Amino acid sequence: MWNSLKTMWIIFLHMFHRRVTIQYPDEKPKIPPRWRGRIILSRDPDGEERCVACYLCAAACPVDCIALQATEDEHGRRYPEFFRINFSRCIFCGYCEEACPTDAIQLTPDFEMGEYNRKNLVYEKEDLLIDGTGKYPGYNFYRVAGVGIGGKHKGDAENEAPPVDPRSLLP
Amino acid sequence: MKSAVPGVNTATVCKCEAKVTTIHIDDRPYPAKDGENLLQECLSLGFNLPYFCWHPALGSVGACRQCAIKQFKNEEDKRGKVVMACMTAAKDGIRISIDDSEAREFRASVVEWLMVDHPHDCPVCDEGGECHLQDMTVMNGHVYRRYHGRKRTFHNQDLGPLVNHEMNRCIQCYRCTRFYRDYAGGRDFDALVLRNQVYFGRYQDGVLESEFSGNLVEVCPTGVFTDKTLKRHYTRKWDLQTAPSVCVHCGLGCNTIPGERYGTLRRIRNRFNGAVNGYFLCDRGRYGYDFVNSRRRIRQPLLRKHGIAPLQLASKRDALQLLGEILSSGARAIGIGSPRASIEANFALRTLVGRDQFYLGLSERDSRLLASILDILKKGPARTPSLHEVELADAVLVLGEDVANTAPRLGLALRQAVRRQPEKMAKKMGIPLWNDHAVREAVQEERGPLFIATVADTRIDDIATRTFRGPPEELARLGFAVAHALDPSAPQVSDVSNTTQALADAIAQKLKAAERPLIISGMGCGDRAVVEAAANVAWALCSTGHAAGLCYAVPECNSLGAVMLGGGSLENALEALDDGAVDTLIILENDLYRRTDAAMVDRLLAAARNVVVVDHIEHATSAKADVVVPAATFAEADGTLLNNEGRAQRFFQVFVPGNDIKDDIWGGIAGDIQESWRWLRDIMVSVGRGDEARWPSLDDVTAACAAAIPNLEPILRAAPPAAFRIEGQKIPREPHRYSGRTAMHANVSIQEPEQPGDPDSPLSFSMEGYPGHPPPSLIPRFWAPGWNSVQALNKFQDEVGGPLKGGDPGERLIEPLQGKKVAYFQNVPAGFKLRAGEWLLLPLHHIFGSEELSILAPPIAELSTEPYLALNPDDAVDLRLAAGDDAQLLFGPELMEISPGFPEEIPRAYWLPVRLKPELQRGTAGLPVGLPSPGGLAGIGLPAFGKIRRARKENRIEEGRHE
Repeated sequence: MWNSLKTMWIIFLHMFHRRVTIQYPDEKPKIPPRWRGRIILSRDPDGEERCVACYLCAAACPVDCIALQATEDEHGRRYPEFFRINFSRCIFCGYCEEACPTDAIQLTPDFEMGEYNRKNLVYEKEDLLIDGTGKYPGYNFYRVAGVGIGGKHKGDAENEAPPVDPRSLLP
Repeated sequence: MKSAVPGVNTATVCKCEAKVTTIHIDDRPYPAKDGENLLQECLSLGFNLPYFCWHPALGSVGACRQCAIKQFKNEEDKRGKVVMACMTAAKDGIRISIDDSEAREFRASVVEWLMVDHPHDCPVCDEGGECHLQDMTVMNGHVYRRYHGRKRTFHNQDLGPLVNHEMNRCIQCYRCTRFYRDYAGGRDFDALVLRNQVYFGRYQDGVLESEFSGNLVEVCPTGVFTDKTLKRHYTRKWDLQTAPSVCVHCGLGCNTIPGERYGTLRRIRNRFNGAVNGYFLCDRGRYGYDFVNSRRRIRQPLLRKHGIAPLQLASKRDALQLLGEILSSGARAIGIGSPRASIEANFALRTLVGRDQFYLGLSERDSRLLASILDILKKGPARTPSLHEVELADAVLVLGEDVANTAPRLGLALRQAVRRQPEKMAKKMGIPLWNDHAVREAVQEERGPLFIATVADTRIDDIATRTFRGPPEELARLGFAVAHALDPSAPQVSDVSNTTQALADAIAQKLKAAERPLIISGMGCGDRAVVEAAANVAWALCSTGHAAGLCYAVPECNSLGAVMLGGGSLENALEALDDGAVDTLIILENDLYRRTDAAMVDRLLAAARNVVVVDHIEHATSAKADVVVPAATFAEADGTLLNNEGRAQRFFQVFVPGNDIKDDIWGGIAGDIQESWRWLRDIMVSVGRGDEARWPSLDDVTAACAAAIPNLEPILRAAPPAAFRIEGQKIPREPHRYSGRTAMHANVSIQEPEQPGDPDSPLSFSMEGYPGHPPPSLIPRFWAPGWNSVQALNKFQDEVGGPLKGGDPGERLIEPLQGKKVAYFQNVPAGFKLRAGEWLLLPLHHIFGSEELSILAPPIAELSTEPYLALNPDDAVDLRLAAGDDAQLLFGPELMEISPGFPEEIPRAYWLPVRLKPELQRGTAGLPVGLPSPGGLAGIGLPAFGKIRRARKENRIEEGRHE
C-alpha cells in the first residue's frame, strides 16, 4: 500500500520536471555534429571528389554494404566509377569514416531516411556526393600524395623536393 | 604427389647438400641447415623476421639492412653484435637473437629511414593491401612519422602497356635490377644515379624488352612496379575472388592465380609450384587473360536457320532441342577435339561421338609430331624434366626450338641452367651459393655449356656457348651427328661438313662431361627429323651411362593430353566426311583455320550438313557454324591439363560467368556460358543418352575418362575430389576480408543472391570455409597473418624456397622406359638443297601474337607485330627487295602451275612487308606463326616451299582468295 502511494507521488512530481520528449516531427531535435547518421561523400576544398576509391571503407564495413569500383581520369587522378551504399544493411557504425584516409566518407547528423521500399535505400554516388567538405574543411589528399594528377606534377605536392634529374652528373 | 621415380627428387633440390645442425635463437635450440643463411632458416622456422632485398630465388646481397639480428659469441656473451641475418651462415651452435631490443631498434630505424621519402600514396597505390613494405613497416612497429622535411621525388617512365612505374615509392632494395638483369637477362633496365637519388628505370621511356618484365610487379616489395592492366579495372587483393589455375597460353602449364571481381577477370598472379614455374611467369601468361573479358566472347547460343540466314541468338533450350533433333535423326556425327580444351572436355566429346568418330583437331603434320613426341617420351630411356629440373641441368642442347618465344618460361629456366657449372667455381672458393653478389662477382661472365641450334636467332642467344643456324634438315643432321659422336651405334650422318662435325663433337664432349645433360627440342620448327634427332642425342647419352633429360616444348596447354586421348587428324576427318557416312561436325574449342590449310577447312565445313561449334571466342570457324554454343574459358570451368612434361594439373573455376551483377555494370548479356563438358553432356541427354552420361560433376567425367583410358588414370590424383573437405568445410575462393557482399548486387535486387554452389570442386564461391592452409593443389591465394603480400608464400613452404607443404601440385603421367635397348631413329634427312626460285618458308614464333587467345588481350595485341616476310639480306638483294618493301609470296600445293582458267588452282598469294634477318640461311625465309592475318596465312603448315617475288603494286589483288 505504502509502496503504491510512493510510486504515485513520484509520478505526480514528474509533472513539474523539465520535459524531454519533443514533438517530433513538428519539432526537430538538436543532434550533435558527430552523430552517426546518413553517410555522404564530400568534396575537397577545390571542389573535386575527395574519394580516391581506395576500398578501405568497403573493407572496414562489418556488414559489407559498400561496393565501389575505382577508375582514373586521363591524368591519373583516381576516383570511384560507381560508389554504392546499401543503407538497408548499414548499421551506422562509422567504421568507414574511421578507415577513410582522405576524409571523403563522412557520417552526418541526418537520420530521416525511412522508406517504404527497401530498394530506395540503395544510394549511388550521385545520391551520396555533396558539394562541400563536410566536417573536415581544408584537407586535400592529392596535395599531400606523391602521385601526379592533372595540374599537379611531381614535386608540386606539400613538402616535396623538385624531381631528381637522372641525367645529372653532379654528385 | 611425390614423384614415383626412385632417385629423382621432384622437390626443389637445395642449392647445398647441407646437413642439419642446431642453432640457438633467443636461447632455444632449433634445427637448421648448415651453411644456409640465417634469414632463410629463421623464416623457415616460422619466425617473422623483416626483410626487403632478399628473395628466395635471387639470394642475399645484404643491401637493405632490414633483417638485422644479434649474434652472440657464446652462452656467456650477453652483449653480442648486430649482424645481417641474410648474410650470415648458419653454423652449428651459433647463438642469435631476433627479439633482442638493440636488434629490434635497429630494424625499426631502418624502416623509418626507408619511409622518410616514401610518398603518402597508399590509398591510390595499387600495391596497397598486398604491399611488403606495408607489412614490414607494421611488423617493425613504425607507426608515426617523425620526419617532416621535404621528400625526394622522381619522374616516372612509360614502360609500355604491361608495367606501371611510380618511382617515388622506391626504397632502393635493388630487387628489380637483380631480377631483371641478373636473373632474367634483360639489358634495357638498370639502376641510375647515385646516393639518395638512385633511380630504377630505362635510359629513356619505352617498352621493357624482357618478356619477364611482369615479374617486377611481384618482385618489387612496394608499389614502384604495378600491373598496368589491373589499373584499368583496379581491385584490391582482398576483393578478388581467386582459385588455383593453370596458364593456358603455352604448353608448360605454369600455375597461376587469376582474380575476378564483378564478373570480369582482373589479373593473373603467379602461383608458386616448386617443380614448374617457381616464383616467375612470362608476360604472355600474366597479361594474356583479357580474352576472358573480350567482346568476342560467345555468351549465348547462336543458331542459323535454314542453312543460309545469319546466326541468331537463341536460348539454351532451343539450341539443345535443335542439337537433339540433329543428332537423333539418324545422322552420324564426328567430333573434332582441341589441344586447348581440357582432357575432360575432349573426353566428353569423344564419348558423345564415339571413339572412332573423334578427331584431334590438328593437321596431319602436327598430330604426327605430337604422337611421335609422346612415343619418344614413353618408350625411350630419357626422362622429361620438370621446369625446375631444367634449371638444374648443367649442359644443354637446344635443337630447333625458339624457346624464348614458344615456351618463354623454359627460356628463363635455361638462363639459370647456365649458372650451374660456374657455381662450382664459387663453391670451390668457399662462397655459399646464396651469397648472390659474391657468386656473380666470382664467376663474372662465365657460363655453362648451352648450345642453341635454331632456324633463326633467339632471345637467349646471349647466354649460348655456340649457336648454329640452319633449316630444319640441317638442325636434325647436327643432332644426329651429335648422337653418333656420343654413341657410335647411333646412325651416322653422311656428307656432314667439317664445321658441323666439329661443332657436333664439341657438343657431344660437353654433354658427356656434364652431370645432368639436357636436350631441348619441340614442335616449333615443325619438323619430325628434328624431334627424332633430339631423342637420339638424349638416348645416346642414356645408353652411354649419362642420365640425360629430354624436354619437348609443345604449343598448347593440353597438346599432350589431347594426343593421349587419341584420334585422327583433320585430314582423316575430311576423308570420313568425303565418304558421306557422316553429316554432322562437332568442333570443340578449336579454330580450324589456324590448324591447317584454309581450302581444306572450307571443304571440311562445306561437306558437313551441320556444323556445331562449342567455343568461348568467335572465330572464322564459328562464323561458318550452324549452331554455336557458348563454352567457358579456363577461368569459368574446371578441368585437367597435361603439360609438356606430362604433368596433369587441375585448374579450378574462378567465377561463375554471366551473373547479373556484370550485366548491370558492364552492359553484358546474361549468358548461358557453361563448361564445354557440360554442354556435351547436355547434348547427350537431349539425344536421349541420359544413362550413358549423367555426369553431375567434373569428378564423374574425370573418373569415366580414367576408366576408359587407363594411361590417364593418374589424372584422378591431380587434385582432391569435389567431396574433399577440411574439418567439414570447403575452401573459400574469397578472402575473409572480401567486401561489398551486401551492396554489389543491390542495384539489381535488394535481396542478396544465394552464393553459387560448386559441385565440381572442394572450393566454394564464398568467403566462408576453412581458414587454414589447404592442400597444395587447392591454394587459392597466398596470405598469412601479418603477411599480405606475395611473400606470404614463405608460410606455405616447409622450407622457404622449397616445395609447397605437402608437395608440389601435379601428377606426372609419363615416365621413361628404362632397361630396354635403345632403338635409334635411323631416318637421317638429306642436307638442305637450295631450290632455284623457291624458298623454304620457316616458322618464326612470337611470344606476343603467335598464341591464339592471348592476342585478344589488348596489351598483348599492342606488343605483337604485323605479318611480315623475313629474308636473308643476300636473298633480298637478289630479289631486288629492301626492308619494308612489299614482297609477293606465292604459296600452295599447285605452286608452279598458274592456270588462270581454274580459280581453284590459283596458288594463294600474300603481300607481306619484307624484314631482313641475317640469321636465316640463304634459300630460307621466315613467316611469323599464328598472327591474326587475312587470307588463311595463319593456317599454313610450315615449313613449306614458296615462291617470292617483288610485288608490283598494280597487280596487287586483295589479300588471297580466302578473304
